[in-house]
Amino acid sequence: MNPFPISDVLFYALCVIVAVLVFASGTIAALGWHFPQKDWLELRQRVRTWWWIVAVFVLAISVNREVSLVVLGFVSFLAFKEYLTLVPTRRADHLPLLWAYLAIPIQYFWIWYGWYGMFIIFIPVYAFLFLPMRMVLIGETQGFLRAASTLHWGLMTTVFSLSHMAYLLVLPTDVTGSMKGDGALLVLFLVVLTQFNDVAQYLWGKAVGRTKAIPKVSPNKTVAGMLGGALTTTLLGLILGPVLTPMGMAHSAMAGLLIGVTGFVGDVVMSGVKRDLGVKDSGDLLPGHGGILDRLDSLTYTAPLFFHYLRYLYY
Amino acid sequence: MADSRLSRLWHNALRLAFIIGVAWPVVLVWLGLTLRHRERLPLKGPAIVVANHNSHLDILTLYTLFPLSKVLNVQPAAAADYFLRHRLLAWFATRVIGIIPVVRGGASKQTDPLESCYAALKAGQVLVLFPEGTRGEPERMSELKSGLWYLGRRFPDIPIVPVFMHGLGRAMAKGAHIPVPFFVDVHVDRPLLWQDDKPAFKAELQARFTALQRKAAVLAEDPQGAPDAPR
Repeated sequence: MNPFPISDVLFYALCVIVAVLVFASGTIAALGWHFPQKDWLELRQRVRTWWWIVAVFVLAISVNREVSLVVLGFVSFLAFKEYLTLVPTRRADHLPLLWAYLAIPIQYFWIWYGWYGMFIIFIPVYAFLFLPMRMVLIGETQGFLRAASTLHWGLMTTVFSLSHMAYLLVLPTDVTGSMKGDGALLVLFLVVLTQFNDVAQYLWGKAVGRTKAIPKVSPNKTVAGMLGGALTTTLLGLILGPVLTPMGMAHSAMAGLLIGVTGFVGDVVMSGVKRDLGVKDSGDLLPGHGGILDRLDSLTYTAPLFFHYLRYLYY
Repeated sequence: MADSRLSRLWHNALRLAFIIGVAWPVVLVWLGLTLRHRERLPLKGPAIVVANHNSHLDILTLYTLFPLSKVLNVQPAAAADYFLRHRLLAWFATRVIGIIPVVRGGASKQTDPLESCYAALKAGQVLVLFPEGTRGEPERMSELKSGLWYLGRRFPDIPIVPVFMHGLGRAMAKGAHIPVPFFVDVHVDRPLLWQDDKPAFKAELQARFTALQRKAAVLAEDPQGAPDAPR
């Protein structure tokens, strides 16, 4: 049945994702045909972009480790670039900014090498200490703290956090021995649950949301949306966990709840950043969605937190 | 031009290799481009594209806006004193990048520094001009020079298309050698027509650029108004 050199579980999981997209595209085509007077452009763009995201994602998890790390490293690069384009930077920091970019290939190299100890300290210890030193050597102290901390925050979210998703791919065999090291399924679990959670929170919020969760940061986020989304994600985690990961039912449900809650947090934290910078979208790389950070915001929280949850219990 | 057909073919191949091998990866991958109103670009000459100038990346960026089949017709006018400093640079600038050298401040009774630009327009090229004359301060516009008006006087009917590029001065300002990756916004404006009244013409062009700049800056505007905020 499965003509590709990937595991059967991954193959069927990808089939399901493609089926969901076909369904979404079909629904929009039907809606556009029935109600031609309404403007479907944004929704149509959004779904078309989803196709692209899924295509890149499939490439990222199903070929081999090298391709995975190059693709995911490039995603970090795009996210970091988008972040730096938004934040104010000092002209004096031309070279430190280039050094900060250099941290991306190095971080993904540790992952390729499977050197966990270095992967986990390289950015928070070496990069975070090196960059301010490099900046102070230039001698411009006006706005120093602000420049150093914006750079740190960008590396933290777009490189360090997101690279945990990539490290899932190189985890060794887990303690139960059931997984045979198939990290692609772990990434799939994390990303599907995170993105599903975004959609579920949006839909629950639209359907029953009243009380605003954090009106000052994000006027569209409601308490009901958050709770409904998190519970739905818990349920999906409960179903998918035993299939895709070494986790049993209880741990899977906990993982779903963890992703549901921290995904919300990642989303609103990035909203806080955008609000501070006075922009609505982080960029326009993904038509219908906004920037790449608008899509990855939840993952900046769920990736490291799910990774360490799983690693503590099973690796 | 006294070039034989073979050498012209060779130089065209060089320019294409430069555009595909350098301009595309640097601008489209390393930097990343958001282009608004591509349809307003003049694909057929004679036409003039006027752009703001903050970085050596400007011309690479402009090249990536055009389809490969048309890009060889696009040629920037650039300062002879800078690009013809020595033979190697002169060869690289005129043959690989494809600039039209113009002597800055060289107007006199005998020679018109714009002569090669007239020739290019007459040959149906798309001429790129940087009316600020120099790269200047990053992300800030300098006063516009008059060369464009003189060109327009000779060819009053051809379209003059303003293009504003935001973020390139930040990526690689004067003095920097490696571009820092930043997303770049490029906005193509509606064509402008030449007019006899020189101050009015310059004022209109200036107003076009100011409006484009304001549009582009909305994204990068820092609400706190810190002195180092990009503009």
